Amino acid sequence: MTKQRVVVTGLGMVTALGLSVKETWQGILAGKSGVRPIESFDASAYACHFASSVRNFNPEDYQLSGKDVKKMDLFIQYGMAAAIEAIADAGLTVSEHNADRMGVAIGSGIGGLILIEKTHQALMEKGPQRISPFFIPGSIINMMSGQLSIRYGFKGPNIAIVTACTTGTHNIGEAARIIAYGDADVMIAGGTEMASCPLGLGGFAACRALSTRNDAPERASRPWDKDRDGFVLGDGAGILVLESYEHAKQRGARIYAELSGFGMSADAFHMTSPDPQGLGAMAAMKNTLRDAHVNPEQVDYINAHATSTLAGDELEARGIKQAFGAHAAKLAVSSTKSMIGHLLGAAGAVEAIFCILAIRDQIAPPTINLDNPDTGCDLDFVPHTARPMKITRALSNSFGFGGTNGSLLFSRV
Amino acid sequence: MSTIEARVKKVIVEQLSVKEEEVKPESSFIDDLGADSLDTVELVMALEEEFHVEIPDQAAAEIRTVQHVIDYVVERVPDKQA
Repeated sequence: MTKQRVVVTGLGMVTALGLSVKETWQGILAGKSGVRPIESFDASAYACHFASSVRNFNPEDYQLSGKDVKKMDLFIQYGMAAAIEAIADAGLTVSEHNADRMGVAIGSGIGGLILIEKTHQALMEKGPQRISPFFIPGSIINMMSGQLSIRYGFKGPNIAIVTACTTGTHNIGEAARIIAYGDADVMIAGGTEMASCPLGLGGFAACRALSTRNDAPERASRPWDKDRDGFVLGDGAGILVLESYEHAKQRGARIYAELSGFGMSADAFHMTSPDPQGLGAMAAMKNTLRDAHVNPEQVDYINAHATSTLAGDELEARGIKQAFGAHAAKLAVSSTKSMIGHLLGAAGAVEAIFCILAIRDQIAPPTINLDNPDTGCDLDFVPHTARPMKITRALSNSFGFGGTNGSLLFSRV
Repeated sequence: MSTIEARVKKVIVEQLSVKEEEVKPESSFIDDLGADSLDTVELVMALEEEFHVEIPDQAAAEIRTVQHVIDYVVERVPDKQA
């Protein structure tokens, strides 16, 4: 069986920096922070008072009625918005002839926490008779993929991989393999998240994973900086339209980039702490290069997982050095989480999009707030300002709780 | 229009995201107002809340039109509350 080549033909995004790919990318290249004090509830009793929350989101802009909104937790609404943008961007049309060749693979790390909170409150205050019939279907993670298939009529594979902060990357990688294997011609893939609610904020704070820089939220996400003190929760979604090269060519679609490699690994070490040698990270990157038949020297840019946690950032740098050897020093490596925070299950998806746009525009996004690189954090992290440069291949890393890792490689076509 | 009728219509408009003029006494929730089986479950819950009555599943299954709701509520809600 010949493996199909897989290309990217559509992009969609919702983040704190904007409700579209264009707006977000402009903010990223300008080095803007989307982190602000939380306004959706009183967060003053929490260790962390801020997040990189989506603002001015209006479901009606995406033809989501009041009735639809009741049936979709906010994480699904964000995902729908990004998917609608991506599908329009790809100029995709669904008909009875092609519907069964088009599928969806979109996940979330956490799922419908807000509906869980609201429903539990109704249960406690009013009893079991007041649990909405939409509670379960509105909060389970695979309903994102389900709702999208219902809206457009996609009758191909419909899945939702859930792997914490590697969710977006794994969904994109596996969607590409579904196409490569011949099970679909088109896959809508990515991740979506809305976890900056009381349970999400409190839960991650309890893991001691969040920054508590409450006096300067915009400076809180500072990957590799010696004063970093944890990550910043980010909300939003990133969705890609993946397509077989042949299918894209045949319908004359614009091709952003080729998805040329995907690799996975596990730390097999600890629930929340990364492998102390960075071996899991290294393995995911090496497996990706092997899958793409690419040498380390052929990669120009890495969008790092780097979340601004003490252990994770340094160990990823170590993993990059082990995977890329001497070439590590020549790579541009940046963390866009410095600007939009950590989107958990959507992180890998929005960061894949940043890699693709870095290739399109020949520019590496910056790592903001990197004032004093920490010991061991000694790669070229593109501090403060975006850098125009030649980018033929860009790699995106994601690592998640449970020690689950994944990397994607995109190449200029 | 009686107060009960107006309140019933208001709940239906909110729950099913339909326009007020679409809500006629003879309108069927499923055939005319676009509700599915889960929508009707939630609609019954909202009516229970609005009128402080309990609508057993068996009775709920027989409520299929706007007029059915109005009749059901009028029969069970004391005048002073309506």
